[in-house]
Amino acid sequence: MTRYSLEVRIKPRPGLLDPEGKAIHHALHSLGWGEVEEVRVGKVIYVDLEAHSAEAASAAATAMCRKILANPVTEDFEVSLSRELEGAQS
Amino acid sequence: MKAAVVTFPGSNGDYDMYKAAQQVGFDTEFVWHRQRGLDSFDVVLLPGGFSYGDYLRAGAIARMSPIMEDVIAFANRGGPVLGLCNGFQTLCESGLLPGALVRNDVLRFQGKDIRVRVERTDTPFSSDYSDSQILTLPIAHGEGNYEADAATLQMLEGEGRVVFRYVDRSGSPTEEANPNGSWHNIAGITNETGNVLGMMPHPERAMERLLGSDDGQGVFTSLVASVPALSS
Repeated sequence: MTRYSLEVRIKPRPGLLDPEGKAIHHALHSLGWGEVEEVRVGKVIYVDLEAHSAEAASAAATAMCRKILANPVTEDFEVSLSRELEGAQS
Repeated sequence: MKAAVVTFPGSNGDYDMYKAAQQVGFDTEFVWHRQRGLDSFDVVLLPGGFSYGDYLRAGAIARMSPIMEDVIAFANRGGPVLGLCNGFQTLCESGLLPGALVRNDVLRFQGKDIRVRVERTDTPFSSDYSDSQILTLPIAHGEGNYEADAATLQMLEGEGRVVFRYVDRSGSPTEEANPNGSWHNIAGITNETGNVLGMMPHPERAMERLLGSDDGQGVFTSLVASVPALSS
């Protein structure tokens, strides 16, 4: 088994109203960044886990997204493997 | 005639729900989220609050509680399930109701009295109201903005599954009367079979005229009236 560190990026689906992004957009405009066209706010969840392979680690994180981490009605997600961690156990 | 109030860590409307159910005659019990088994109950009530601090998404972690498997089984057997506020959010997360509740479009927590129009009186939750009756009920939520994909929204309206809708004094679903940006001013919906209802307003906090409004009583008296029909 190897320890992997994964990043799960969750973002609001296109077209869905994102009030938080809108508020930040307004704030950036009032601070002088008038060129900002759109701001969307998502979140990143960092997951460390043990798996037999990088593929298995990504598959596990994808399953977590489908089950609980993302809401398919309002959010899209991306899983990326950020690195293998030190201290791998056999 | 037994009612279960399912309590999660962070529920805060559980006592209001308990009191409301008791007031209309239910033999009411709290059921902790780790407990199992709802077979002995006639109705299941999911209260408002901030289960698990609304971490991840409102209702998302409550939905994974052991008791939710039993709530889903109870609903699938046709048992009436009522989710108020955080209970509505949890029902959406569990898949018992379609769609999701996202941040209010005004970006503020909304705590005030609003008006809703009763759109359906043939449900176990609204039979004691009259058609198009306007109710004054409190709301208290930050994430009450009902969203779903276009096909789902069309289906909800087409099948008449919107039971409560935010309206103004004259009963019109105007933009000004919509406190959170919900699509088509949706305040409450049912599932396909009509035995699961979720709503953002708080009928359980409108049970006494002395405390401002008793317009919420009808939700609970309707449930009482539905019980013999459901068990026969």
